[in-house]
Amino acid sequence: MARIELVDLAHAYWTHARPAEYALKPMTTTWRQGGAYALLGPSGCGKTTLLNIISGLVTPSQGQVLFDGVDVTNLPTERRNIAQVFQFPVVYDTMTVFENLAFPLRNRGLDSRAVDARVREIAGLLDLTPDLNRRARGLGADAKQKISLGRGLVRPDVAAVLFDEPLTVIDPALKWELRSKLKALHRALDVTMIYVTHDQTEALTFADTVVLMHDGGIVQAGRPDELYDRPRHTFVGHFIGSPGMNVLPAAVDGLVARVGDARISLARPYAPPKAGSKVEIGIRPDHLRLAASGGHAAKLERIEDLGRVRYARLLFEGHRLSALVPEGEPPPTGPEVRLAFDAARIHVYADNLLVGEP
Amino acid sequence: MTKTVDNRAWFLVLPVFALVAFNAILPLMTVVNYSFQDSFGNNQFFWNGIGWYQELLDPTSELGGRFFAALGRSAAFSLAILAIEVPLGILVALCMPRSGTQLAIGLVIMALPLLVPWNVVGTIWLLYTRSDIGLFGWLINAVGIDFNATRNAAQAWIVLIAMDVWHWTSLVALLCFAGLKSIPDAYYQAARIDGASRLAIFRYIELPKLGRVLMIGVLLRFMDSFMIYTEPFVVTGGGPGNSTTVLSIDLVKIALGQFDLGKAAAMSIVYTLIVLTVCWVFYTVLVTRDSQEAQP
Amino acid sequence: MSRRIIFYAYLVCLMLPLYWLINLSFKGNVEISTTMTLWPIEPTLRNYAIIFTSPEWFDGFLFSLSYVALNTIISISVALPAAYAFSRYCFLGDKHLFFWLLTNRMAPAAVFALPYFNLYSSIGLFDSVWAVALAHCIFNVPLAVWILEGFISGVPREIDETARIDGYSFPRFFVRIFMPLIANGIGVAAFFCFMFSWVELLLARTLTNSKAISSIMTRSVSASGIDWGLLAAAGVLTLIPGALVIWFVRNHIAKGFALGRV
Repeated sequence: MARIELVDLAHAYWTHARPAEYALKPMTTTWRQGGAYALLGPSGCGKTTLLNIISGLVTPSQGQVLFDGVDVTNLPTERRNIAQVFQFPVVYDTMTVFENLAFPLRNRGLDSRAVDARVREIAGLLDLTPDLNRRARGLGADAKQKISLGRGLVRPDVAAVLFDEPLTVIDPALKWELRSKLKALHRALDVTMIYVTHDQTEALTFADTVVLMHDGGIVQAGRPDELYDRPRHTFVGHFIGSPGMNVLPAAVDGLVARVGDARISLARPYAPPKAGSKVEIGIRPDHLRLAASGGHAAKLERIEDLGRVRYARLLFEGHRLSALVPEGEPPPTGPEVRLAFDAARIHVYADNLLVGEP
Repeated sequence: MTKTVDNRAWFLVLPVFALVAFNAILPLMTVVNYSFQDSFGNNQFFWNGIGWYQELLDPTSELGGRFFAALGRSAAFSLAILAIEVPLGILVALCMPRSGTQLAIGLVIMALPLLVPWNVVGTIWLLYTRSDIGLFGWLINAVGIDFNATRNAAQAWIVLIAMDVWHWTSLVALLCFAGLKSIPDAYYQAARIDGASRLAIFRYIELPKLGRVLMIGVLLRFMDSFMIYTEPFVVTGGGPGNSTTVLSIDLVKIALGQFDLGKAAAMSIVYTLIVLTVCWVFYTVLVTRDSQEAQP
Repeated sequence: MSRRIIFYAYLVCLMLPLYWLINLSFKGNVEISTTMTLWPIEPTLRNYAIIFTSPEWFDGFLFSLSYVALNTIISISVALPAAYAFSRYCFLGDKHLFFWLLTNRMAPAAVFALPYFNLYSSIGLFDSVWAVALAHCIFNVPLAVWILEGFISGVPREIDETARIDGYSFPRFFVRIFMPLIANGIGVAAFFCFMFSWVELLLARTLTNSKAISSIMTRSVSASGIDWGLLAAAGVLTLIPGALVIWFVRNHIAKGFALGRV
């Protein structure tokens, strides 16, 4: 169990890489002991590289990794006291489930009574008890992945358990179950867990802190609701939420944002941004209202029915927008609709970064 | 994977069937035919029933004794080279670099002996191990051991086994190397994280993955070593005495040397049946393993 | 690093006999039989000169390469459809047929030498390229079927079905779509066919009047004592086709030896 600190950490896969070619741009951050972190981001954003640096499979080109203040940057994986679960189940085919789970403990010379007790405890948490004496070879993908999870969790003293998209091969129905199991395990075992995924649902349900990565850097880290309500970067707005945040190019001055010919009022005044910067406003589909009258004119293109919720796809001043159609309301008809913005929920961005963080 | 039931597939197999049947069935029938007859030269044949088989399988008779002695030598040879080539092949495969120029050069050198015509393999080793002109023989003599493979039976055996190890270990090593390359990195990473020793990695990750290719390797090596003819013929000619006369050599001696076609044919049939039985066991094990692995 | 040492030691052991062969091939017989030196003191090209000036040797090479090439072509072209059938269809007696084919790979060549002589003499092919090429099919065709079956089973069946829906006839589908997909497998099978046909001597010698290069070599051994230098030079020359083939496939050797079955 440990607090993990990354100090000025960066990595390039080849020497003499230009800054733009870094797989991981310089970052400094601290992850507290016992937290459940999700590294979220699209493919190629550097999240697996970061995970492998923490586990020691990759040595960073610069910076340090500290576990509880101790520099482990140059320690090999086996001496870092971490556990890792991979994308595809890694099980020792010729061993039984019990032997698989006991393997990391036996390698560290625990006596057999302690091994037995701990394996049974973890197997119980993962519902593997009935399979303990079966050979791992014959089991299904989800059972094998549970064994991998179990091998990660079985060591009582690990600094952190790292998950590299562990649910990729699991059926959707079982995914949900395993995810809640992980959450329960996290509560039961009090270990630091770091979970890499590109699936926002997985990240938002699993983690108490979501670290969103983009293009080799951390764009925002925070509670799931923070990322949803106050995206600090337009990318966060796009990536979190489905559909993502509406982002419109605008001119902002004082209490008013101008999008095309429309003048949208803001909740607080903004100073005119630096000349030459790209100014945008962002608002989530949930915070747009289709009104009977008032508001701004927009053209309804179609209604998208996702079953649980409906979204209106609109054309507003030449920009495409999504707006939530509240439950119980009849869907609007006719191409001409009126659109109301919730002023308190409008974010202003300059060069993709949130302006005026109070 | 479920296969479609369709007997028209026979049309696709027909050319292979015809070609192999032409090569296998007609000559086999000739052999079977000979095996029940006795010849007194001049192409005169007499029906001999199962006489040859009785004599062949009776170790006290002259032919039977000779047959069992040769069979024993062949079996001993196969066992010896398997016992050396399989572990050595695995060791070499484990020691090979995973990529790069060194690997490329290594692979070329390793594949070279496999493409040397078998009689040339014999020639190479004859030139290499002769005590008068060969580097190997000369070195051993220089150390003070009297080495002459044409006079000493044990030394002749050492030469034959060394030659086969030189010739074929690379095949086992290359098969194993291909097997090792198919293990995803995640397995090694997981093992490091689990704190596994090098031995445990070999025992629990590498060896299980090698099982399949090793079966193929052992099967190929058994077949070819049990039938070996050309190389020992060139190097030792079956000698000194009869000490390296393996089955194939004895067979050709009887058939073409003494022109005892009946004896040779009966011997061929028994010989083929032995090879087939052993291979059938291997093949069954291979197929059973496959179908086990095919299940989820 | 001890691993690298083992690996290089192994490579050195592989090279030593070859080095000795090359060494002897540049020595005269007097030097060979009277001195023991690690390199030729009086290097000579006499041995090679004898070979290159004798049409017999050159023809021997050509003859051997022709039957090897012919055998490879025949083996692959008949094995391809059969491997496809074994991989995709269940049919009457398929498993037995497959094992029967493999048994022929296991059959000792010594057993068949004499009957082959009779068989190919009686159909008038004795002493021709065709006799050896066809005879070598007995072990190369089963091997090719087996290797190709492994590679074909790695190609998803959906490809076949899609092609059928797109209206490809079977032969067109097989040649235009399927064969490029298993090009690697075909290469590997061809490599093994070449290898086993090139290295085989017993059948090649039995079915010809000492035309194959390998039998010409054995003949010069026994004629009037042994000409060691000539023998070594001939050995060196027979290494060349194999070495060339390996050089061309060097990047695929590791994959090839997986036989599509790992």
